[in-house]
Amino acid sequence: MKFTDVILQTSAKILVFIILTFSIYVLFAGHNNPGGGFIGGLITASALVLLYIAFDVKTVHEILPIDFKIVGAVGLMIALLTGIGSLVVDEPFLSQTFWYEDLPLFGKTELTTALVFDLGVYLAVVGTTMTIILSIGEDE
Amino acid sequence: MSWLHFAVFTPFLFTLFVPLLNKSFRRVHTGWFVLIIPLLLFVYFLGYFPLDPAMAPVIHSIPWIPSLDIHFTLHLDGLALLLLLIITGIGALVVLYSIYYMSMEREALHNFYIYLLLFMGAMLGIVLSDNLLVLYVFWEMTSVSSFLLIAYWYQRGRSRYGAQKSMLITISGGFAMLLGFLMLYTASGTLSVRELIAMSSQLSEHGLFLPAMLLVLLGAFTKSAQFPFHIWLPDAMEAPTPISAYLHSATMVKAGVYLVARLTPVFGGNIEWFWIITTVGAITLFWGSFMAIRQTDLKALLAYSTISQLGLIMCLLGIGSNALNADYSEQALLFSGAALAAIFHLFNHSIFKGCLFMVIGILDHETGTRDIRKLGGLMGIMPVSFTLTVIGGLSMAGLPPFSGFLSKEMFFTGVLTAARNMNDWLVVLPIVAWVASILTFVYCLILVFRTFTGKYQPDRLDKTPHEAPIGMLIPPGVLALLVIVFFFIPNVVGASLLRPAMHAILPQLVADGGTFDVHISAWHGFTMELAMTAGIIALGSLLYIYLKKWSGIYDNLPRRFTLNNLYDSGLNSIERASLRFTNTYMTGFLAHYLSYIFIIMICLTGGTLLGQGVFALNMENNSEIAPYEYVLGISMVIAAVFVVFSTSRLMSIIAVGAVGYIVSLMFVLFRAPDLALTQLVVETITTALFLLCFYYLPKMRRELTRLRFKLSSLVISLGVGISLTLIGLSVQDHNLFEPIKSYFENSYQLAGAKNIVNAILVDFRAFDTMLEIVVLFTAGIGVYNLIKLRQARRNEK
Repeated sequence: MKFTDVILQTSAKILVFIILTFSIYVLFAGHNNPGGGFIGGLITASALVLLYIAFDVKTVHEILPIDFKIVGAVGLMIALLTGIGSLVVDEPFLSQTFWYEDLPLFGKTELTTALVFDLGVYLAVVGTTMTIILSIGEDE
Repeated sequence: MSWLHFAVFTPFLFTLFVPLLNKSFRRVHTGWFVLIIPLLLFVYFLGYFPLDPAMAPVIHSIPWIPSLDIHFTLHLDGLALLLLLIITGIGALVVLYSIYYMSMEREALHNFYIYLLLFMGAMLGIVLSDNLLVLYVFWEMTSVSSFLLIAYWYQRGRSRYGAQKSMLITISGGFAMLLGFLMLYTASGTLSVRELIAMSSQLSEHGLFLPAMLLVLLGAFTKSAQFPFHIWLPDAMEAPTPISAYLHSATMVKAGVYLVARLTPVFGGNIEWFWIITTVGAITLFWGSFMAIRQTDLKALLAYSTISQLGLIMCLLGIGSNALNADYSEQALLFSGAALAAIFHLFNHSIFKGCLFMVIGILDHETGTRDIRKLGGLMGIMPVSFTLTVIGGLSMAGLPPFSGFLSKEMFFTGVLTAARNMNDWLVVLPIVAWVASILTFVYCLILVFRTFTGKYQPDRLDKTPHEAPIGMLIPPGVLALLVIVFFFIPNVVGASLLRPAMHAILPQLVADGGTFDVHISAWHGFTMELAMTAGIIALGSLLYIYLKKWSGIYDNLPRRFTLNNLYDSGLNSIERASLRFTNTYMTGFLAHYLSYIFIIMICLTGGTLLGQGVFALNMENNSEIAPYEYVLGISMVIAAVFVVFSTSRLMSIIAVGAVGYIVSLMFVLFRAPDLALTQLVVETITTALFLLCFYYLPKMRRELTRLRFKLSSLVISLGVGISLTLIGLSVQDHNLFEPIKSYFENSYQLAGAKNIVNAILVDFRAFDTMLEIVVLFTAGIGVYNLIKLRQARRNEK
């Protein structure tokens, strides 16, 4: 970055949190409303891209020292493990289940293993998108 | 597993020990160890001797692939025994000869003997097999081992050329034969030769009978070097001489003859069989003897002589097969005499031709040349070799007191019988046979007198000639002795070997318990045959004396149309044509390959659509089109047209982005919020990536603006668009089964999800999703690697 864009940086600081919150919402609401891991992941990635655009790649990397290749791999691992988990309880690969529970803050809440799988998808998408964009961005 | 099976496998098993023996006993010639095998086998097969002609054949069977009806069935009868004795007997002599011929220091002996043993085992397999497919396996094995043996001196270009030629010709014939066997199997349901013989009369009415016969004959003719497939044999003379003696005179070239004899009971009742074999045999007989006179290389001369003699045997087998056609028994007996002559000559030829090849090998070995023009006057220097050549050569010419005389007389009887009792056209046959015999006489005289008499020219020879060592003279000596012995006691051979063989060739004639009257005599009285022989001697001598005067006709033969030229130019033009063909469509341009793919797609899909008459346009069940949809559809078309026609890349990218956003609007209209969201984000990202790439891309290429290219692209893309649209339109009214959407509608009960799309993605069909994120992640890692590796390489520089 050759010049400092104060307006962009200031608005980015605010917008990133709004976008991130929205993406988390999309991820968790996906089971009953439009959304899910894929869209959530893409929105999170867009928030991060906004950060990278507003600030320097180096700067962002100092604040968020994340290797996105590992994030993607972890996402894949989670998705795979939920599949294997159903094998442990003698069910076919990738069988999902759900149940309702009374949680202290949320009240009666639906819990589902599909959400764990969706989390894997989410991480894989974030990791992959960011890997692609950062590799291209860092390329001279 | 019987002893007979073990006998067939012995040569193969022994090949395993040959390199070991060659390595551990450096001072002993490996041939001495190998010699044990054919000797043992010869003694073992002699144990079956004499075979009672009326006895049922010895049969041993082990299953190999029972589910495919392939059994390793061995079947030993008179015909097989005759060939087995030739193979092992001459095999033993050839190995003995090769011990003295092949140098222990200079040659790769283990290779030589391994190939030789492979060949011997394969040949035993051919002769003993009852199952046609097993026979085929051994048949190809002889082709391969012969290929290896011809190219034994692989450093020489001529050897490789000869090996390739013989390989191509015999293997193509072998394939044809395999096809014929499979047709026979389809027609009869059995692969066993014995069962085929038993049902030969029903078989001849089957539609596949004639094609099968032709194909099998193609295999037999290529292997036995019949016209016009004989061209590989003279080139196979690049092999070491023991190999030429063994494979290319006594055994492998007899495989085709054997096959014809073996299958005579199956096919022989058909007149086509007679005509094809007799005609081809007669042509080969004449052509081989005609061409042999021209040769100046002794081995080439013997090669053409082998071709000619094989033609003779083939011709006789053809006439003999007519015994199965003949109406009454007297005639049948007359024709069967020809078959007897064929196997007797087969036997004789193996012996005298083996002898002659070995003598030529001695000449080559001791003088350093095989060229007739350089040799001469060797009679005093190599008296033993001279004697052996005289015996072999005159037996080949058909003179008494050598066994060749007997079979030659029987040959004349055979052709005369055919001429007298059959078609009038067959008068040609005795004439051709007679002329060919005269020519045979002439080249035999050339062989004997040009090499051993005349002027001795020591300055043209590479070595000082002297008589060969005794070990080299023993094998041809034994064979020459047999030639004379069989002249005086032909009936011993006739009764013990030939009569059982006759039973195998023409079993139908002796089905009711009779036997063949095999009586071979040297003196028939003053008959036509004798007159013909006298004519041969008189005319042949005259021709030999005036050879110089008339040999000019060979120079007038059309050079360009020889079969060798035909073969060479055929091979070349096949290569050139295929190269040109490949070059025309493998242009290296992606645009061309894409157009092939699309054209084929249009032809297949559009052709099926129109050809099958399945195109149907039914608009009844379609829903109303809302105004929004019109607007979106039209703007999408405009954007798409803009993509194609815009001249700058930036505009195209933006137009593609527009198309993407309109699609996401369409998703909104058609109530797919998840899709709309995803499409929106993905479209944004891809457009951004396009723009990134755009920055680094060169200007659009000029080739795209060429008119012809544009037009053909237009036609192809219109074709793809139209055919796919038509398919889409005609598919819409074809619900082959109930949609399974009701199952997904229960997502709340089944998966606890109100979002059906998400339930499908993460619950019902989560496996797809899992693999998709794997694809995504792989793509990410791929991009990362492409960029980082390129950077790493750049940093290295």
